Amino acid sequence: METLFAICIGFLTSCGVFLMLRGRTFPVVMGLTMLSYAVNLFIFSSGRLNLKGAVVLGTSESYADPLPQALVLTAIVIGFAMTAFLVILAIRARADLGNDHVDGSMSDARPAKKERLK
Amino acid sequence: MNHLVIIPILLPMLTALLIMLPPVHYSPWRRRLVSMVSTVLLLLVCVALLFKVLANGMTFYAVGNWVPPFGIIMVADLVSAIMLCLTAFLAVGAVFYGSAGEDERGSFFHPLFQFQLMGINGAFLTGDLFNLFVFFEVLLIASYALLIHAGGKNKTKAAVHYVILNLTGSAIFLLALAVLYGSLGTLNIADMALKVADLPPDNQMLVKVGGLMLLIVFGLKAAILPLQFWLPATYSSASAPVAALFAVMTKIGVYALLRVFTTIFGEQAGPLAGLATNLMWVFGLATLFLGALGVLASKDFRKLVANLVLVSVGSLVAMVAFQNTAANAAILYYTVHSTLVCGALFLLADLIAVQRGKAADRLVAARRVSQPILLGGLFIFAAISVAGLPPFSGFIGKLMLLQAAVGSAKQFWLWGFLLLCSLMVLVGLSRAGSTLFWRVSGLQKADERALPLQVFAVFWLLSASALMMVFAGPLTELSFAGATQLGDVIQTIRTILPASGVSL
Repeated sequence: METLFAICIGFLTSCGVFLMLRGRTFPVVMGLTMLSYAVNLFIFSSGRLNLKGAVVLGTSESYADPLPQALVLTAIVIGFAMTAFLVILAIRARADLGNDHVDGSMSDARPAKKERLK
Repeated sequence: MNHLVIIPILLPMLTALLIMLPPVHYSPWRRRLVSMVSTVLLLLVCVALLFKVLANGMTFYAVGNWVPPFGIIMVADLVSAIMLCLTAFLAVGAVFYGSAGEDERGSFFHPLFQFQLMGINGAFLTGDLFNLFVFFEVLLIASYALLIHAGGKNKTKAAVHYVILNLTGSAIFLLALAVLYGSLGTLNIADMALKVADLPPDNQMLVKVGGLMLLIVFGLKAAILPLQFWLPATYSSASAPVAALFAVMTKIGVYALLRVFTTIFGEQAGPLAGLATNLMWVFGLATLFLGALGVLASKDFRKLVANLVLVSVGSLVAMVAFQNTAANAAILYYTVHSTLVCGALFLLADLIAVQRGKAADRLVAARRVSQPILLGGLFIFAAISVAGLPPFSGFIGKLMLLQAAVGSAKQFWLWGFLLLCSLMVLVGLSRAGSTLFWRVSGLQKADERALPLQVFAVFWLLSASALMMVFAGPLTELSFAGATQLGDVIQTIRTILPASGVSL
């Protein structure tokens, strides 16, 4: 279980980092979202992975640590709000600057495929 | 239980909500009045808290009465009380300046401003690392929206970079917290200090990784060398009152570094004591030098002031590496001084830019300003103070920084860099000042005049520099008391966790 979990987190993180390094805002937003998924899973694992662990006392023989679950919940809510803000900001940047490049200008960016074919 | 501790968080939050309610929200002057009165009240509350802490020692507030280390606590010691007073003082200046008309160029200036104050105050008060993350996010989301206040291409462009960088920073912060929680089993700062001391060797590497990841995050907030590229663009494109308030945001990073790397990874931390001090030392000095180069190279005055922020951050982070009482006292005094003077300079840059017409704050010949004596006087006052020339607070602050290094192996480098950079800042400021005020083309004068509220705000912030000179004696004593309290980790643990049984 630990190996699978670690591979999942690693895969999500590498996809997130790759997408974040792209030049346009949409892949960057997707990359940040993936990174935050990876982070949320990682926080979850800081309370150790165990199956069938209860969080309420007196209901089970093995117990899970409830604190990482609370932390994950907080992190999800905050990450959600921040991503929503970033999406709105990216749309506004598209309107204000006339393109969706993170630097606000397409001059040094590779043109999209369609434009190159023309 | 001392309820005064939580008021600096509750007051701005309730004010922000009040401003958004219909009877207040519909009239600009009602919004301004509520915001200004509340910020002044906040200053009074913070000063009251400072005196209370000074009289009774460190105190904490357990939210929901959950005893530490199980619940979230708000800790008020001298360091956080000083930082709260600084924030409130700066906020009074910024909100008065904003109320002169800047606030109506976009919507929800005052509620966002108050939410940002809530986040900043929370970050200074919290005694729990995860809660620190939450308050960071509160202040960041308010700052994202404030940054694009009044709109414009430059602001949007700067905001995209700022938001993406900070979201990445938040992700790293969470990773660090998860690593630390997984290996230490707690996120309460005092409890972590206790746990780090007797850490099993297996976990040392993990805790080290967590600590260094925190260094990255706080380095990003404080803008130290490889992570500082966002700062000049962000600060110089924000509108004046927002930029003035942002002057304290980098200092939150410095404060967090101070907290984490003296309380948790301080002398008592065993094998992990002094973690990352070498990194902070080298990158602090490099930031200082880069900031000074930036001051020389800036093409407009706002960029120049943003680079001055880098100069102050660089010297502060380099001082964090010393980890002794004298250095920490110097950090406290210099933080207060540099934040207020940089805030005043951002406001002043806006006043000058408005009166120079089309050229704005670019350092080129332009029409003359309409109030050369007033603005020039304020400029020279602020410039002398920020460059560290006698007699104002900058001189005393720099002197404390230099004195803290006497006798240590780092003295040569610190004195060399600090004095060289002061000279570069001085050259940069003289060039900027002579261009702004003396290189005028034509006899035409601007009609715009600074409004009384704006002039008052700049005077208010600069008066702090003069007062910090007049009351330098008591204030340095206060900084030393704060630094002593910060360094006394055992006393902190005993206050917050009396059940832990730590003896002297």
